[in-house]
Amino acid sequence: MKNFWKFLLFVLMTIVIIGTFVPPIVQYPKSFFEFPLIPGLEDKARIIFFHVPTAWLTVLAYLLAMFYGIRYLKRKDMYDDIKSVSAAALGFVFCILATVTGSVWAKFTWGSFWHWDPRETSIFILLLIYGAYFALRSALDSEEKRARLSAIYSIIAFLTTPFFIFIMPRLMIGLHPGSLEIDPATGQVRASSNPVIKFEMAANMRVVFFLSLIAFTILFFWFWNLAHRILKLEHVSQKEI
Amino acid sequence: MKKIFYIFYKDFSSELRMRFALNALIMFVVVAVSTILFSLGSESVAPNVYAGMFWVVVFFSAMSGLSRVFVSEEERGTTLILSLIANPVTVFLGKFLFNLVLIFFINSVIALLYMFLFQEFLIQNWNSFLLAYVLGNFGISASSTIIAAIISKANVKGTLYPVLAFPVLLPLILMLIEITKSAMEGNPISDVEAELLVLISYDVVMITASILVFDIIWRD
Repeated sequence: MKNFWKFLLFVLMTIVIIGTFVPPIVQYPKSFFEFPLIPGLEDKARIIFFHVPTAWLTVLAYLLAMFYGIRYLKRKDMYDDIKSVSAAALGFVFCILATVTGSVWAKFTWGSFWHWDPRETSIFILLLIYGAYFALRSALDSEEKRARLSAIYSIIAFLTTPFFIFIMPRLMIGLHPGSLEIDPATGQVRASSNPVIKFEMAANMRVVFFLSLIAFTILFFWFWNLAHRILKLEHVSQKEI
Repeated sequence: MKKIFYIFYKDFSSELRMRFALNALIMFVVVAVSTILFSLGSESVAPNVYAGMFWVVVFFSAMSGLSRVFVSEEERGTTLILSLIANPVTVFLGKFLFNLVLIFFINSVIALLYMFLFQEFLIQNWNSFLLAYVLGNFGISASSTIIAAIISKANVKGTLYPVLAFPVLLPLILMLIEITKSAMEGNPISDVEAELLVLISYDVVMITASILVFDIIWRD
């Protein structure tokens, strides 16, 4: 039972990796093991199984970092700060991965690595927030002050995310699912009709997609668990010296 | 209420007495604008580039001037006395008011310079521009005051300030650029209604949140 989560992660990750690369993409899928062809995406659609989970974990890690930051402010327990900073460190790694997978995907479907689409802007801002968070931490000497001020900064920076996630994509024209687009016939801005942008996924792709989300979330929590335990041991051993 | 004004007045009169910061800030604006002038030369650029460049100069002059409210207290070692004589909300609002007046002054200088120096910087719809200008100043002042309070406790104050403030101020700056562009094209105010609502909500969120968390920063 001790290794249940690791075993589950192994099974899920295997399914996700096989499910991502093996099924052929055909025009009219007949069996469950064939993905439908999406015009304009073709084989490039497969990266969605890695791109979206990394972006999701970036946000999840930020929320965890903020949650434990607030808990630190309430309870003044240094272990909460350790949990917060290790979540932020992992979030930073996943943020870079999301940016890289996204920009590789953008290069081959939209033509260039970066477009300043609203979602690209928001992942960039998240990258900056993570960078600023660590810059702030390294500029503070006292442990208690570092924990307190970085927790406050994570709250302040979090307040801007609703503007990026919910408001800007609805005000600006973009390429990601759920964005606005320009009607080629009339030149008016309208809600998107493109199948990629409207986010309609075939049932079998959806299965792989959600399994991938679950697998990556388990992976994240495993990493996080290890990271904050290591940091805690370092913290304790430094105190003893 | 009176105390808020006293804190504002203390900063204001000490600023007037020795105008290092103000003079330096005005010179900073002049230097920034003339850099843009030199880099453009005699070329004429699309009007909406000016809208962007206007707020870029505003952002960087805010970044060089607005952190002083808390950094100077920390440098003079007067933080403790200030926290003894007034409660945190009062301190925050006094500093916020001072920054607001400062940013209004600096932004007016920048706007006037722009209008004199760039013929293409022509605002056609003054209503939407002025509304965005006022709301934008409130937002910039609120965010930069709370970030200044965080930064005043850190070791490298100067360089860290724009790094921390940029992600927080970016939604505001983007909306301001959109509205300024639309005002320069002479579109009616109803075109930028959504952007103006975003500005209002940003201001309300930032001022409220800053008052709530300032207490924790202020009490060591």
